[in-house]
Amino acid sequence: MYTDKVMDHFSNPRNVGEIDGADGVGEVGNASCGDIMKIFLKVENDVITDVKFKTFGCGAAIATSSMVTEMAMGKTLDEALELSNAAVAEALDGLPAQKMHCSNLAADALHEAIKDYKAKHP
Amino acid sequence: MKRIYMDNNATTAVRPEVIEAMLPFFHEHFGNPSSVHWAGRAVSGAVEKAREQVATLLNCSPAEIVFTSCGSEGDNMALIGSAEALKAKGDHIITTTVEHPAVLNTCEYLEKNGFRVTYLPVDRDGMLDLAELEAAITDKTILISVMWANNETGNIFPIAEIGEIARKHKVRFHTDAVQAVGKLPVDVQASKVDLLVISGHKIGAPKGVGAIYIRRGTRLIPLIHGGHQERNRRAGTHNVAGIVALGKACELAGAEIDENYAKLKRLRDRLEKGIIEKVGEVKLNGHPTERLPNTLNVSFAYIEGESLLLNFDMKGIAASSGSACTSGSLEPSHVMGAMCVEVSLAHSSTRFSLGHDNTEEDIDYVLEVLPPIVQRLREMSPLYNCKQDNCDNCDTVKML
Repeated sequence: MYTDKVMDHFSNPRNVGEIDGADGVGEVGNASCGDIMKIFLKVENDVITDVKFKTFGCGAAIATSSMVTEMAMGKTLDEALELSNAAVAEALDGLPAQKMHCSNLAADALHEAIKDYKAKHP
Repeated sequence: MKRIYMDNNATTAVRPEVIEAMLPFFHEHFGNPSSVHWAGRAVSGAVEKAREQVATLLNCSPAEIVFTSCGSEGDNMALIGSAEALKAKGDHIITTTVEHPAVLNTCEYLEKNGFRVTYLPVDRDGMLDLAELEAAITDKTILISVMWANNETGNIFPIAEIGEIARKHKVRFHTDAVQAVGKLPVDVQASKVDLLVISGHKIGAPKGVGAIYIRRGTRLIPLIHGGHQERNRRAGTHNVAGIVALGKACELAGAEIDENYAKLKRLRDRLEKGIIEKVGEVKLNGHPTERLPNTLNVSFAYIEGESLLLNFDMKGIAASSGSACTSGSLEPSHVMGAMCVEVSLAHSSTRFSLGHDNTEEDIDYVLEVLPPIVQRLREMSPLYNCKQDNCDNCDTVKML
């Protein structure tokens, strides 16, 4: 059902955890749909210097969260805002069709975290 | 890697004795039991022997057994066949919110075709209120359909008491006994059921065969029209090898019922106690005692079922989940919903269903590998040790 890349990120997720005193935090999803993703950012000079995630969800939810942290690390905020859910899925060599809508929210969580950072640092 | 199968409510391995019994009916005895010649005669006896074996297990006459292709066919036949046969008498059916989709979706089909269906709710333990059931009966009620045991929680419904109520009001009573047969004594006389459905692959026979008990005098409109097989009640050439297998599996189930029950319950109780003690923040889904001896359904707070199952799978453990992600829909299990299990716990509901081949060592292994998996996933979860005040999402896991 899942690609090798999804299983790799699911079984060895990168950047799990929280950042104490994060500069931006974003959360998407809710318990009723079965997925909650939370992204924590450290930002210096508009560049993402650290990013961590915590996720309640299925294999796809955890793998996309892990992948988006890898993709966002070191990017400027503007570059990170360009990352889409579809790009995250593509970087994982695809997701099963039924997961594309419900569990492919990691880029949204990243964007929420960037919005939170921008709101706090106008 | 170890391989531990704890998904026996989904399907079981075919028993070696069953394979041995069915094998001659592929090549050596290949005939059509409806044929009059030697090839047909050689197999028609085997079909009738299997019918007796099934009838013995259910305590009925062989003439009251009709072979089907699966549990779903049996349930469709019972519901649609009854509705069609009794539509002049009434248009109302009573069932429960926790039935298998084979019953629920058939009821929905009947609703689209002019019938009315009452879906009885269950309490938080997943049990029915029989007074409510009796109160739902009207003079238009033509059928009551209540499963003998629930596939997800293992809850056992009081079939004999429901049979009593149905008979008192002269309403036909159907039970989907797919999960009960082989795990509990199932007696159609003591329970006063009129229609009872079983499936081969849940009891050590192969997929593709089942049976329905039709009490003598219970008129059903057939679902499959064609030849005169099964006394015109179900057309289609007999699945002879499958039928022989079902007969053998029923014979084994009957002979081993006490031993099997005791063994499954001993293993399941150890697994249940071990998980609750070693993991913590675990909710049992289902009734504490009125439950199949082999079934354990638990929710692990803060984590989602599919990710749990994938981790179990990596350790060779096969179980199942009520999570939306494993149901093919966006909703978690309808059974968890009917029991008002809080939604994030419903997404984490995990079913272990033991079977004939499970051992004490299997339980040891699961109890060893499960706690660290749960802990690792919890540490990844934003719901676990959430430091946020008034977090809406955290409120959803408080109802343990």
